[in-house]
Amino acid sequence: MSAIAFLLQTIRIAIPYLLAAAGGVMSERVGIIALGLEGLMLSGAFGAAMGSYYGGSPWIGLLGALAAGLVMTGVLAIATLRFKANQVVVGVALNLLVVAVTRFFLRLVFDSASNSPRVPGFGGEGTANAMLASFANPVVWIGLVALPALGWLLYQTPFGLRARAVGEKPEAAVTLGINVGALRLKGLLLGGALASLGGAYLALDQHQFTDGMTAGRGFIALAAVIFGRWEPMRVAVACLLFAGAETLQIQLQGAQLVPSQFVEMIPYVLTIVALAGVVGRSVAPAALGKTE
Amino acid sequence: MSEPNTQMKSTGELLTVPAVPPRVAGNTLLENTLPIIVALAIAAVVGDLLILTFGESPATVYRLLVEGTWGNAYGIGQVLYKATTLTFTGLAFALAGRAGLFNVGAESQLAMGGFVAGVVGMLLPAGTPGALGLLLCLVAAAAGGATVAAVPGALRARFGASEVIVTIMLNFVVLALLNWLVSAKIHVPETLHTPPINSGGVPRLSDLFAAFHGSAANWTIIIAITAALVSWWYLFRTRGGYELRAVGLQPDAAEYGGISVPRVIWVSMCMSGALAGLGGLNFVLGYKGYYEEGFAGGAGFLGIAVALVGRNHPFGILFAALLFATLSQGGLAVNALVPKQLTDILTAVVILAVATAVPEVQRQLRAAAANALAAFTRASAQRLAAQRPSAEGDA
Repeated sequence: MSAIAFLLQTIRIAIPYLLAAAGGVMSERVGIIALGLEGLMLSGAFGAAMGSYYGGSPWIGLLGALAAGLVMTGVLAIATLRFKANQVVVGVALNLLVVAVTRFFLRLVFDSASNSPRVPGFGGEGTANAMLASFANPVVWIGLVALPALGWLLYQTPFGLRARAVGEKPEAAVTLGINVGALRLKGLLLGGALASLGGAYLALDQHQFTDGMTAGRGFIALAAVIFGRWEPMRVAVACLLFAGAETLQIQLQGAQLVPSQFVEMIPYVLTIVALAGVVGRSVAPAALGKTE
Repeated sequence: MSEPNTQMKSTGELLTVPAVPPRVAGNTLLENTLPIIVALAIAAVVGDLLILTFGESPATVYRLLVEGTWGNAYGIGQVLYKATTLTFTGLAFALAGRAGLFNVGAESQLAMGGFVAGVVGMLLPAGTPGALGLLLCLVAAAAGGATVAAVPGALRARFGASEVIVTIMLNFVVLALLNWLVSAKIHVPETLHTPPINSGGVPRLSDLFAAFHGSAANWTIIIAITAALVSWWYLFRTRGGYELRAVGLQPDAAEYGGISVPRVIWVSMCMSGALAGLGGLNFVLGYKGYYEEGFAGGAGFLGIAVALVGRNHPFGILFAALLFATLSQGGLAVNALVPKQLTDILTAVVILAVATAVPEVQRQLRAAAANALAAFTRASAQRLAAQRPSAEGDA
């Protein structure tokens, strides 16, 4: 396995993390805890499979992913912004809801308990190099630019300045005439769209939806957000680091140097260590989790 | 303004104005039960719609759900079995919640409690008296859960690290660790469970009531009810519980009151983890007689729902555990007509609806109470104004 192949494999694994983590950064920077990332990704994956199956094109799959993700983000927004429900509880409930809803509709639409039929994905069908072929998928490129673009949005635009103000000190933002609720809604919707694209990548890459296919990736993305200290570029590095560890584990599977379970722990252990402040403290946006 | 006041006190007849204003805080019982009723109504409507999309009749499906759970002894036994685990995880979340903490790690604390109890039961010599074996397994389960929860507790107390994130991350770490221990170290070949326990098994309810035959219900339910009673006593009748609730309500005030907030946080998390760990007894000692990979199966997360609907009160939690156990078992009962995930959706809808209804109902009731108080104040002022001329005439 060459270095190039390692890099390509790492990027492939990192794409859903990068997209979901971008969604997580956006959501948390406006003050809403991103515990629902896993559910948003899963709904995106299901929406992508549905759209691609019925529309016959992966582009319609992307629209389906956005639609499903935004519906679930809507639930999140109504509960946390309109009714001021506890964000931790709502996040956990959203994850449970999406797992149950996707299973229910899997039975209803495809009459299967485990997976959808094969759906069209992006190119790559007859190409010789499967690794390179997966880069024909436009979601890969969206994933690669998502966090740098978010960095620009947060630090170079008026919207970003307001978003950060709302996440750090909403009272001050209010005195400057910023509509905190509307801004949080925008942040949530943008974040939800990004996370659902992360799920769409999984479904379109594997040409089907399988039950629970996100398999905890939303939580790895959340770990990356915290390990990257809510700074888009640091978060991107964290995503690549976690994906690199995973690639290494896949490559070393035969060697059995370290049990795979210990490699799986890496993102979570690093995040706990970062929160404890052993090497440079990870400090959350000040208003995170507080909706008035 | 102050002059009529002094005169008011000196004039006997003015004391006829009712001295008790309406309660501003509102009716707490109403505040706690109304959101649950609203949430259940919303869930019922969502359930109707989902059943209709599947082309079935809601009435038929709901009847099947009730018949399959509370309609026969086996169904009741299964509900009681599931409610037992949920009581422990619900209590775990509620106890931490009373201290202002979110223990989202009950899932892995439950698994660790079950694993440690299973290993202790397995290591005990075959002749160990049942009561001693049970006691050792019980202590082991509580210690296992508490150890897992001690990490987020310590990090929160010492560094202020968010216990929400640490417990979530630790779930994955602990479950991966247990997976490794079971798959690589101690398991019966070709399976993902540990060898059976030699001592400490809890008898099934069916040993005494034959009607429960075949259901997993066992006497761990008595331990669960005891845990609820002890939790209630601890929270509302002891100094430790008072300190815990004080920290949850207003940590700064608690600190000024001489309570060591970091210590209370750490102790609360450990106790919460111990409660979740005890939940592992139900499966490991009462049902299978061994630890099996993945037995927790989401019961830790459902504990959040149980605590939410039980309004963080031990007795409310006993009721809520029965509710969610009924939904969980009911899903299996209706599976022939609609996918069993129907009840999983309803569970999530209940959580979302309660989470949104609680603050809303509180706001509405408090607004109503404030209006009543304002009306009372206005009325009192008018009566005083009407009486004032005579009062001034006296003076």
